[in-house]
Order: sequence, then structure tokens, then C-alpha cells
Amino acid sequence: MTASTVTRQRKPSGRRPEKLWQLRLYVASQTPKSLAAFSNLKRICETHLSGRYRIEVIDLMAQPHLSKGDQILAIPTLVRKLPQPVRKIIGDLSDTERVLIGLDLRPDSSPRKG
Amino acid sequence: MTSRSVRKSIAAPVPRLPKCPTGIQGLDEITGGGLPRGRPTLVCGGAGCGKTLFATEFLARGATQFGEPGVFMSFEETDAELKLNVASLGFDMAALVRRKKIVFDHVYIERSEIQETGEYDLEALFVRLNYAIDSIGAKRVVLDTLEALFTGLPNEAILRAELRRLFRWLKTKGVTAVITAESGREQFTRHGLEEYVSDCVILLDHRVNDQIATRHLRVVKYRGALHGTNEFPFLIGDDGISVLPITSLGLNHKVSSGRISAGIPRLDAMLSGRGFFRGSSILLTGTPGTGKTSVAACFAQAAAQSGDRVLFFSFEESPNQIIRNMRSIGLRLEPLVQRGLLRFHAARPTLCGLEMHLATMFKEIVAFQPTVVIVDPITSLLSAGSDHETKGMVTRLIDFLKGGQVTSLFTSLTHGGYALQQSEIAMSSLMDAWLLLQDFEGNGERNRVLYVLKSRGMAHSNQVREFLISDRGVDLVDAYIGPHGVLTGASRVAQAAREKAEALTSQQEAARRKRELKYKRATLEQRIASLRSAHEIDAAELERMDAQVGTQTRVLTAERTELARLRQADVVRVAPRPAAKLKAGSRR
Repeated sequence: MTASTVTRQRKPSGRRPEKLWQLRLYVASQTPKSLAAFSNLKRICETHLSGRYRIEVIDLMAQPHLSKGDQILAIPTLVRKLPQPVRKIIGDLSDTERVLIGLDLRPDSSPRKG
Repeated sequence: MTSRSVRKSIAAPVPRLPKCPTGIQGLDEITGGGLPRGRPTLVCGGAGCGKTLFATEFLARGATQFGEPGVFMSFEETDAELKLNVASLGFDMAALVRRKKIVFDHVYIERSEIQETGEYDLEALFVRLNYAIDSIGAKRVVLDTLEALFTGLPNEAILRAELRRLFRWLKTKGVTAVITAESGREQFTRHGLEEYVSDCVILLDHRVNDQIATRHLRVVKYRGALHGTNEFPFLIGDDGISVLPITSLGLNHKVSSGRISAGIPRLDAMLSGRGFFRGSSILLTGTPGTGKTSVAACFAQAAAQSGDRVLFFSFEESPNQIIRNMRSIGLRLEPLVQRGLLRFHAARPTLCGLEMHLATMFKEIVAFQPTVVIVDPITSLLSAGSDHETKGMVTRLIDFLKGGQVTSLFTSLTHGGYALQQSEIAMSSLMDAWLLLQDFEGNGERNRVLYVLKSRGMAHSNQVREFLISDRGVDLVDAYIGPHGVLTGASRVAQAAREKAEALTSQQEAARRKRELKYKRATLEQRIASLRSAHEIDAAELERMDAQVGTQTRVLTAERTELARLRQADVVRVAPRPAAKLKAGSRR
């Protein structure tokens, strides 16, 4: 599952176009947790970042040397490479609320300051 | 080394727990060969007690001495920091890393960067460790300090389950692992890691007694193997950790029957004429000012002059002070120092802990390779530790010296009168010879005496000798022992003078009597002579009388014959007769 999914869509209103989100999901083979994490991530991105994100899935079983670079301990781990600063979210991303807090993406309902 | 090989030979038929030698000085002796091979070992202790160093040395020695590559997974320090830290111990980590003997992996966890949502595991850590192990074929693994995970990861339940899995995984991987952990209040580690690591637990401790810090190591648990359970002091020196086991050395020193002079001829005479045994340990005790250092310096000078290498540890005086003071009693130590036969090492006892002293002494001894070592005084080190510790230290020092066939002399200060201190009694059992210096006070002066309390393996004198220090050196003289007890100093001299006077008097008396007798004899002889002359006169008189009588008789007989002839009487045949008969006849 060394698939990289790049999705670009038209820019949503109120957001700057240059702000591309680079996300990296670390997994270790296709375990139920990994699969759940991927689908959860996909869903959240589609909802909140449609067109402005890029997800890279890294299978550590296949590329173990990559774990060192991002200091990965837990599986699955989602790393927000961009925008800075780097954020890490561990777990299967089932708690959407916490994923949004972790990614610094407030839910659409809350007011957002520039 | 010897004890290990002995143990091995005894237990040969039973399959034993395979051990993984650490290469750390002393630790392999305590554990009977090292850490359990292929199993995790927990090393716990407070801050700054040497956990990381222990782990690093285990890895570095494994890579350099035992050909076992290792992985260092650090949760606290970065690779660069670690490399720098161990460089001071003489291990070139960078080179080891280049040669693929050691892999450093710094695991960085920052709680604030981590958000937790839902289920996860630590598979990535396993993957990472596995990758590191496989990349160099590592046999040893260090995890320093796993407890950082507890602060980095919020879900303790998951963490504990994963740790259990990790240790199981390490075992199946077959690597010998050292896991360090901070010690906790009521359990060995703060987060109860000992629950998971059940094969071997080593506790490090750094405690301060009377402002002197000493490090201790204790093997709390070692499943399936005998191990020393004592607390062993250990040191962190220039070449890493060295554990100093008190009991690991067996009593199997080689012994020598060679002798070494004590430097004082009369003292040699007291020791069956030839001095101390080579390689023996000698205790010299005495109250202040009894001349312990002088005796020690005499010994040092004599030994150095006869070609021995002498190492003098001074804990009271500086080398220059000793040299100056000894010059006043006629000892010339300076040339010996210059010739490199005598070496001083002076240090304040309170400079560092006992263990550090011991380590320094070991190092000096190894560097100088002496055949004679003098410690002056050993009691000063008491202030650097408790009696018990000092004894332990002396034991180890003696063992070390005896192992190297080094003759050692320890002076020991006693306080007051005749009471022997507890520590000396404890120490004396370790010693082969014990000389006692004492003060005798009386007649307004103090005098020194010396006696040999014990000397193993030789017939030694039981006599008290007076000990004289003059500008020509140290000498022993017979103390006067008479009806008034032992006399020393002025009273000995007075006694000697008295005896001399008495002897003179009796000599004179004898001469007088001799003269008298001579006179008497002469008188007697005179009398004998006069008697003899009187006797001679008598004898002459007697002879004369005899002759007279003879003549008279003859004349008489002639007259009678003539008369008879004239009267024409019968002829009387006169047979020749003895004079007496003639006399008798004449009387008739």
C-alpha cells in the first residue's frame, strides 16, 4: 500500500490557494487500524480540505528506514508536514473532533480568525 | 578470572544460562560471566548514577572486544550528544558507527506535537528497532530510557501492553538488551518496568555520606544464575566503569619465601634475622610521634637502594616535607626519587571518596609497577569513609598488591595509651606482620619502644626493643629489663651507669682480695721457707749426731777389743752388725 494519493480541487471560498496541506500517513502493512485510519483521513480531508491537500501513505514494513526521519513510534501516525509547524496525530483517526484539533483545522461551525 | 574458570569447571556437565560478557571491569566477576544472553536486563538508578554510561560501555565493549555489534536507541539524548559523551571514555563511537559496529537511533518524542485519536500501537518502534538491528546484525541493544515514552505518549494502557510485547519481541529476536530506567520511590523504577523485565535487574546508586559521594552497584535479581548480592562500589574513571568487588578475589595468591630487609638491621634480626617476606603486608601501628613515618621511610630507602621500586602513598605530608624531615634523621630519599626508584603520591584523604582513592592507587600502582608499596597512614582514609568501607578498601588493596607480589607497608595511627582501635583490630587480621610502636612515659621523658606483635610464617622475637631516632637514622637497642620492669631512655642509661659503677666496684674489690690473697700466700711461703731451713738445720744436726755416734761406737769397740786383747779374753767374733744393734748392744 505504497500508494500516494494526490487530490487537487478548486479552491474553496475564503482560503488562500497557495496553502497546500501536505499530509503523510505512516502505517505498517494493511492492518484494520491502518485501513481505518486511511479512510478516516480521506473523509476528513474531503470534508475540510477539499482540493488543498496531499496525502502520502508510507508503509514502514516496506520502507523501515523512513521511520527515523519523522520520528515515528506509533502506528498509524499522521504527520502534517505542511503547513508548519509539524503536527503528529497518532491513532486510527476515528475521533474526528480530535483530528481536527490536532491538524489545527477548526470545524466549519466555529468562527475562524485570519 | 580464576574464580570464573574454577566455577566453570565445577559446573561443566549442567547446561548453564548463556552469559553475555559486558567487559565492564568487575561486573562480569559478580555476575559470573556477564548479563543473560539474549534477554533484556534492566538497569535502574537515580539521576546521574551512570545508567547511560553503563549502557554505552556495554555496547562499546561488545563491539570492540567481543565482536558483537549493537544498537543504541536513545529516547533522551541525540546521537551527537551521545557520541560526545562517550568520547571522553576513550571510545571512538564515530569510528564504530562508520565501521557499522554501532548504530545510534535517537527517538524524539514531544508530547505537545502529538495528538491522540483512537487506536494505535507502537509497531513503528518495533520496525525501527528491527531495521536498526538487521542493518548491522546487532547482538546487543540498549534502550535509554524507555520511560521517556511514558511522558511522550498519553495512553498508558496501550504503552504498557506494547512494552510487554517489546520485551517479548526482544527475546525472540535473541538480542541481549540493556534497558535503563529512572528509579522510583517504592519500586525499582518509576513506571514499574521491572514488571516486564524479569531476567536481570541491576540497581545503580549514588549516595553521599559525610559529603563524600560513592557509587554503588547491586545485582537485585538474576534469574537462573548465582550472583553477588552485595552492594559493590563502582567508579567512573577515564576508561569507563569499574566495579570493585570485595569478595570476588579468592585467597589464592602465590606466595614467596624471599625476604626483604626492613631497613633497620636490628629489626631484621627480630624477624628471624632476614626481614619481612616479599609480597607480605605489614601493619605498623603507633600513637602520634612514635616514628611510624620514619620506620616506613627507612624501609623505603633500604628497599629502593637494593633496587626495588618503591611507591609511597602519603596522606598527611607532602613529598617534599617527607624528604626534608627524613633528611634530619639521616635518610637521603631525594637521590632515589631522582633515580626513579622511589615515587611519592600525596593526596588529601578528603579530596575524594574512598573508591576514587582506591582507583587512583590502583592506577598509580599499575603505572609505576612497584615491588614495595607504602601507605602512610591508612587511618587517614578513615575520614573518607566508614570503618567498614575502609576495611573493604584495604582488603581490596591488599588483594591487589598480593596478587602482584608487592610488599606493602601500612602505617596506622592509634589514639591514646595502649588501647587498640577497633579498626586496627579489624585490619590486623588481614596483615601478615604487625609491628607496634609505643611510647613509654616516665622520669620526665617519653621513650619509644618497638615490638613485633605478629609475623606470620617466621620465628620472630618476642622482645621489646627501644627504638632510637638519631641524626644517623633509626636504630633499635635492647631495652633494660630488670626487677623494676622495662627501662628505657635516661633510666636505661642510668641503670647502665649504675651497673657499670657496680661492676667497677666489684672489680676493684676482686683486685683487692686478690692482692690480699697474694700477700697471704707470700707470707705463708716465707714461713714455709723458714720452716724448711729450720728443718734442714735439724736434719744436718741429726746427721752429724749419727756420724758422731758411729765414730764413738767404733772407737769404743776398738778400745774394748784392745782391752780384751790386753786382758787375753776369749776372742769374740764380731760379725758386721747394723748400727742400731751395735747401739743396743752397746747399751746392754
